[in-house]
Amino acid sequence: MSVIDAAVLERHGLKPDEYARILELMGREPNLLELGLFSVMWSEHCSYKSSRVHLKTLPTTGPRVVQGPGENAGAVDIGDGLCAVFKIESHNHPSFIEPYQGAATGVGGIIRDIFTMGARPIGLLNALRFGALDTALARRIFEGVVAGVGGYGNSIGIPTIGGEIVFDAAYAGNPLVNVLCLGTAHRRDIIKGAARGAGNPVFYVGARTGRDGIHGATMASAEFDESSAEKRPAVQVGDPFMEKLLMEACLEVMQTGALVGIQDMGAAGLSCATSEMGSRGGHGMDVDVMHVPQRESGMTPYEIMLSESQERMLMVVHRGREAEVEAIFRKWDLHAVQVGVVTEGDRLRIFDHGTLVADLPNRALTDEAPVYHRPMQRPSWQDEVQQLDLSALAPAPAAAAFDTLLVTPTIASKRWAYQQYDHSVGTNTIAQPGLTAAVARVKGTPVGLAVSVDGNGRYGYLNPHRGGMLAVAEAARNVACTGATPIGATNNLNFGNPERPEIMWQFGEAVRGIGDACRALEVPITGGNVSLYNETEGRAIYPTPVLGVLGLLEQADRVCTRTFKQAGDVVMVLGDNLAELGGSEYLAQMHGLVRGDAPALDLAAERALQQLVVRLIGDGLLHSAHDCAEGGIAVTLAECTFDSGGIGVTADLPAAGAPGAFQPVATLFGESASRIVVSVAPGQADAVRAAAREAGVPVTVIGSTGGRVIALAVGGQPQVHREVAAAEAAWATAIGDRMRRRPPTREGATE
Amino acid sequence: MTVAVVVFPGSNSDVDAQHAVRVAGAEATLVWHKDTDLGDAQAVILPGGFAHGDYLRTGAIARFSPIMSAVRAFADRGGPVLGICNGFQVLLEAGLLPGAMVRNRDIKFVSRLVPVRVEQADTPFTAGCRQGQVLHLPIAHGEGNFTADADTIAALEANRQVIFRYVDADGEASAPGNPNGSVHNIAGICNATRNVVGLMPHPERACEAALGSADGLALLSSLVHHLGASSSR
Repeated sequence: MSVIDAAVLERHGLKPDEYARILELMGREPNLLELGLFSVMWSEHCSYKSSRVHLKTLPTTGPRVVQGPGENAGAVDIGDGLCAVFKIESHNHPSFIEPYQGAATGVGGIIRDIFTMGARPIGLLNALRFGALDTALARRIFEGVVAGVGGYGNSIGIPTIGGEIVFDAAYAGNPLVNVLCLGTAHRRDIIKGAARGAGNPVFYVGARTGRDGIHGATMASAEFDESSAEKRPAVQVGDPFMEKLLMEACLEVMQTGALVGIQDMGAAGLSCATSEMGSRGGHGMDVDVMHVPQRESGMTPYEIMLSESQERMLMVVHRGREAEVEAIFRKWDLHAVQVGVVTEGDRLRIFDHGTLVADLPNRALTDEAPVYHRPMQRPSWQDEVQQLDLSALAPAPAAAAFDTLLVTPTIASKRWAYQQYDHSVGTNTIAQPGLTAAVARVKGTPVGLAVSVDGNGRYGYLNPHRGGMLAVAEAARNVACTGATPIGATNNLNFGNPERPEIMWQFGEAVRGIGDACRALEVPITGGNVSLYNETEGRAIYPTPVLGVLGLLEQADRVCTRTFKQAGDVVMVLGDNLAELGGSEYLAQMHGLVRGDAPALDLAAERALQQLVVRLIGDGLLHSAHDCAEGGIAVTLAECTFDSGGIGVTADLPAAGAPGAFQPVATLFGESASRIVVSVAPGQADAVRAAAREAGVPVTVIGSTGGRVIALAVGGQPQVHREVAAAEAAWATAIGDRMRRRPPTREGATE
Repeated sequence: MTVAVVVFPGSNSDVDAQHAVRVAGAEATLVWHKDTDLGDAQAVILPGGFAHGDYLRTGAIARFSPIMSAVRAFADRGGPVLGICNGFQVLLEAGLLPGAMVRNRDIKFVSRLVPVRVEQADTPFTAGCRQGQVLHLPIAHGEGNFTADADTIAALEANRQVIFRYVDADGEASAPGNPNGSVHNIAGICNATRNVVGLMPHPERACEAALGSADGLALLSSLVHHLGASSSR
């Protein structure tokens, strides 16, 4: 008698047509355990069934690519036989339900992906999105996520070296927590998650398996509603100490050459690790759950296979070398136990005390998962939101807008958050947080690695194709502003429910934009993550593609930062100001509008600009470089004075865009892309201008550094005049001030 | 000239300390906490991190590690021992230094570069510093709020055992200059015989200008100089 009816299928998040496919692949009815395996492996989170057809269009190859998408993480060659290994991953849904643990386990998960490749993690970044800080819920989630990010990274001793945080009401019911981890490895030490060699033992190591996180992947593949708090047991609890031991022990074991393959047990736990390792390696696997270390008694094979308990690894060891591996884990007080064996063929067979309880082709769970060409439909409202009629509005006074923007949480200093993150452990962090993209040196070589994570959801909402392009361009530009050449990228695609054609259109358009920009800027995508169903009560987040771009800094000691270095330098802008207010922070803050088109982007111009700034920094011609983003050039210039020790700036910007009442604010606060503000010693100014002209990059001298004020004019008309000290104090304390308006919580790890 | 850096499970600044000692011109070896012998080491560093996860109380389990008997014997013989951050907490728990750590005044983990004033220049780790010299060193801790009973504090002050104090931009040990609530702005202390020093800031993370400060090198160079002087005697 069949136990599988419509109600069972619905509980497993499987659609009737998916069940029909299961019957076909199995050649019989699955039992409940087998159905559970399909449920988690065919979830959106694990199978990428809605996104796969789009992701396939992304450029993933290049001369430096050592490992593209499909493994635990991507890898690119950085010279000297070394690779940078990096990947970004989301933990959005768990972080809404339980902010501290959701964020902490997100950090733990991405760290495992990196060391699983044989790389030592050297830095973490995060891209976070929260609701505006004017609600208690948004503040609670923000506080918990920051504490969780710090709590895990600080304890395990991997520095959090950069990131970005954006606040917008669109994320109030659905925060985004995207975490990127960067590691380095010898190219010859890269190890993969594949099971090979029939007869080789399969080992389990790490934390015991409990009932936590069962169906976490399925949860992450559904929308939220008011009952979501009841899903709290589906959020895992992290143990950074266990992961630290696991990391050190695994890296030590990898050095012995005794491992065939290794994979962490993240989403879908043991189900995912066993089936993916088997199908990647073209082998089968027999596993008896009786050998799996368990935290609780009476766990069923179903619970053991689907548990998402953290800090666990699955390894295939060369037969005959078991003792070596066991001894290293014992040194770290970890117990590696054999749970199974690699077999010829393609079957994943699960036993319980010797009794066969599941038997299926492992590729049915992985490669044979459904692939959907979901319908796409341009939203009916898209044209309307792109219309921006300024004639109906009165511009805000420039000085007032300047003051407001500096204390807007998205623009204000993120010191409140990053001072909770250990950024100095590891002694590789060569740019202090907040001064540039994250930069870590690679000891034993002259090079550094720069990473930036960026993605503007408003641009994605107004124009998803361009939003995708702009995310790539901005992350690459930030990396270039350190002096590094962008060489690879990882993406985290955060969208709503893909079963809605409008959402799927946004997704397809954004991916198309990412692909266009990655091809033009020659930054291949080496991996990433897709997070769909980011909706609460039927309201989707802004389409938010987050790009993590990695750059290679040939001379780490030449790293460039955003801050002015001395009075009397010439201040120039590289790139054109088109005075575009569409989607700008100015419009949102001063007029409450998210409208207009996203800023234009000429990819050839962007590429020329980035190459120019990298060359200028390499030649030692720039004292600072900072790109124009949220808040436009006015905010960029202000940020160049902050943390500089009070070096002011006097600048007169050529009036840009259409003449009229809005021209001054559009010139100051418009967010045109492809612009970098640089400061240059007077004696070098001609050389910089000549290089820019030769590269075909527009260059404008706008003023000079010095004094104690930020004095900005447009077309000769004074607009903003503020003391650096006062402006900096307001900017630096804005977020902390908002957070202090209520009693603190006591969550957090200790040292 | 060799410095032993003890590795507890959960130590995370062990290789940083080793690297910094090498920058200062000496050799450093990593010694596993289950070992019982410090070999021919002439100084010992207990590094930062989260030994044993700090789950019971910071440093509380690490003091039972087998190597700690050897560290205690080494300290009793007058050997120089430096505890940094979590290593300082371990020294407190082990009774090699007086006092205790509690949660930071503002509850949160604090990670930033802070000015620290050298109060005494007569330890193996500060001999190359000038009394009153202000060093810029990173802190990164959640429980760095040093406390002790009034008598202990009075004795530490009277015996000049306060070696480092947090100060403000003007070099004063003021309330605004205190990042974690430590009593008397205490950032580091020594034992009565002045050979065991513990501090919360991380000198080993500030030994190269590229890292934002090279001020921490003063401590490790002092040690290397001290060892050189003692071995040539």
